[in-house]
Amino acid sequence: MSQPTFAPLNKSSLPGPDDITRAQLPNGITVLVRPNFNSMSVSMAGYFHAGSLYEPGEKLGLADFTSSCLMRGTQQFSFQEIYEKLESIGASFGFSSGTHTAGFGGKSLVDDFDTLLEILSSALREPTFPSQPVEIVRSQILTGLALRSQDTSEMASLLFDQIVYEGHPYSNPGDGYPETIMAIKEEDLVDFHARHYGPDGMVIVVVGAVSPDLAIDRITETLGDWSNPRQPEVITVPLVPALEKTITKHASIPEKSQSDLIMGVAGPSRHSPDYIPARLGNSVLGQFGMMGRIGNAVRKKAGLAYYAYSSLSSSIGPGPWYVSAGVHPKNVKKAIKLIKAEIEHFVNEPVSVEELEDSKSSYIGKLPLALESNAGVAGAILTLERFDLGLDYYQRYEEIISAVTPQDALAAAQKYLDLERFAIATAGQ
Amino acid sequence: MLKPIHKIQLDNGLQIMLKEIHTAPIISHWLWYRVGSRDETPGKTGASHWVEHMQFKGTPRFPADEIEKSIARTGGLWNALTYLDWTTFYETMPADKIDLALELEADRMVNSAYHPDEVKSERTVVMSERQGRENSPSFLLSEAVRAAAFRVHPYHHEVVGDMADLETMQRDDLYNHYRTYYSPNNAILTMAGDFETETMLQRIHELYTSLPAGDEPPRIGRPEPAPRGEHRLTVEGPGETTMVEVAYHAPAAPDPDFFSLLVLDSLLSGPSGLNLFGGGGISNNTSRLYTALVEEKEVAVDVAGGLPATIDPFLYSLHLIVHPQKTAEEGLAILDEEIKRIQDTPPSQSEIERAVKQARALFAYGGESITNQAFWMGFSEMFATYEWVTKYIDRLAAVTPQDVQRIAQTYLRPQNRVVGTYFPQNENPTL
Repeated sequence: MSQPTFAPLNKSSLPGPDDITRAQLPNGITVLVRPNFNSMSVSMAGYFHAGSLYEPGEKLGLADFTSSCLMRGTQQFSFQEIYEKLESIGASFGFSSGTHTAGFGGKSLVDDFDTLLEILSSALREPTFPSQPVEIVRSQILTGLALRSQDTSEMASLLFDQIVYEGHPYSNPGDGYPETIMAIKEEDLVDFHARHYGPDGMVIVVVGAVSPDLAIDRITETLGDWSNPRQPEVITVPLVPALEKTITKHASIPEKSQSDLIMGVAGPSRHSPDYIPARLGNSVLGQFGMMGRIGNAVRKKAGLAYYAYSSLSSSIGPGPWYVSAGVHPKNVKKAIKLIKAEIEHFVNEPVSVEELEDSKSSYIGKLPLALESNAGVAGAILTLERFDLGLDYYQRYEEIISAVTPQDALAAAQKYLDLERFAIATAGQ
Repeated sequence: MLKPIHKIQLDNGLQIMLKEIHTAPIISHWLWYRVGSRDETPGKTGASHWVEHMQFKGTPRFPADEIEKSIARTGGLWNALTYLDWTTFYETMPADKIDLALELEADRMVNSAYHPDEVKSERTVVMSERQGRENSPSFLLSEAVRAAAFRVHPYHHEVVGDMADLETMQRDDLYNHYRTYYSPNNAILTMAGDFETETMLQRIHELYTSLPAGDEPPRIGRPEPAPRGEHRLTVEGPGETTMVEVAYHAPAAPDPDFFSLLVLDSLLSGPSGLNLFGGGGISNNTSRLYTALVEEKEVAVDVAGGLPATIDPFLYSLHLIVHPQKTAEEGLAILDEEIKRIQDTPPSQSEIERAVKQARALFAYGGESITNQAFWMGFSEMFATYEWVTKYIDRLAAVTPQDVQRIAQTYLRPQNRVVGTYFPQNENPTL
């Protein structure tokens, strides 16, 4: 049988210094633009330093609440006017809030790029936090929290963070608790916005059928004169000491057919040299193919779960490294035992060269797929900027991944994953 | 955006649709079978979905571990979906690696093993998948509403199947289901991406021409009789949040009324697209129902609508998450006011034009994904033809205000619906 020939992978099609334009506005906004004239649309994404780290402990959820209200009314536009502008042209745009930063993202047909910028600017600079819409948002958040309290996966995750990050800002849920949301007043929203929203440290990425010069000019016109002298220094988070011993906790949620379990530790930050070896090791542990070794043991061999995988987050600080599974309540102990055995194996013996090569190859091959759409490229460029990886990172990516050895992965695993100091959180019946 | 495609059929009945797109070194390959939960009888519910799972257990030539590794090594995306009317397997991969997908799919169309041990371990996996869904109040509500809407037609049950059948089905039930529906004459292969059509066609010929056509698969011909009045039901369970699902019997996807109902849905609950694989959506904050229920009357915190494209008439559903201080009845009353408004007065032409512009934008975003492009081809062939997609915008644009009004009067009648309410246990039912 003949083997057809296809175009080989073209490295130069990956975003890099040649086709990403990076500019810094005098007020501190960094703009990155990558044109794509094959497309009819434009994607815009960005972040600024106003995440949940900046909110007081008695008002958890304030950063999230604030960002949720930005498009509920501004000095220039009402909620109806904002969404009329967006929805009538088939555009989408919204804000979200994370731990370190709050962010925004959206897209439109290319002719409507100015509308996205107009709304970004108005929502960022002059939100008015009108009473009735704020109360609508509050009831939406409270309903979200009521649903969260019934969600075994979310509750296991919440409990896990409370164990691993006790006393650390990462222990707090970004969406808060019902009592802290109830405690937030309109003036808190106004004040949080006034203190923390500003151009310094803001990053905006634009990808699509728009030239870099045009995009930078437009952003300069709409946001170039913005300033906020009250903006505080960027908050950094401390490291997290390992637990003194393994701690197991359960959140009881009656009448659930399935329980969720999350077990793990605080892992390396995205900036740590341990991060890439840990990430490749984690792929072998619980990602590659159908959820790696964990999927093989818990799903394929034992048939205990539909999902059972491991995860290592990309975080500015020490993000979580954990194994997660959804199992029948009667199988929770059995699943924990199987997962512990896999972790023990993972920290005692290096992964095989073949396993590691599989994961490396997968990581390198995935890149063009992740960069297929404008939104995908925008997200990837945002990652470059957020973690200071350099504009040539994706072009060096193959080299970086290829350099990791089984010993590197083992060293990273041993440094973080200690079964004597694990957090084990379960939620369900 | 929607470039021409190449469409042929092999002697054994396999249909092939190819679309060259050379914007990225990626190919998306799909194999679609005309089998889904519509082809299941009581006792065998969930068979199509479980069979889809078993198709990942390997063949003598491609043992499960090996094939999984080979595809994962390329960084490729691969999975399968089972729905009411169809089952599909897909791989989106670097263009130079796609032959692996072609070989695998041709092989597992006929050579999957279904070892009893694998059936046994997958039984509990599928049961676990169902248990995970049961954790969600919206799944429990939706399952009850659907069962009430279809007494006769096999759309009655969820794709995942009933627990009773997942406990009792045997290896031969699954294997027979596989042998009955997995044949070239019951399948469509769709591909989009960075290939040359002639080369690809030749390769597909080599892989598939030796596979014999199967018997014409049996179909269950049990049309749902027209409902004779509104059906109301309640589901009780844990939690604090009341939810309402209102499901109207709706036209099938090939029915001309389907497009008018899509426009109506867009006006009522916001635009929805066909972007399963990237491209996202558009918010619905200016839709009539969001404006009335969430903004003006504050009886709900969210509302969503959905009109799935199906072979036989299925359901148009509206979902409300009731405001914590309000009741399901209050939400339903406002919803009914809005429906009456559009039944009494046709919408403006500009409102329809807006819905069309939104649909056009969604296509533009979704079309950036080669996976979506290949998906659209096979998806539309499952219940109509690819023209259904290529003419989608034109058909929406042809809908008139009077069409929308007539559709609202015809389909959105209380007698034509099931109203389901999820009552969290800490509250007393009020409906």
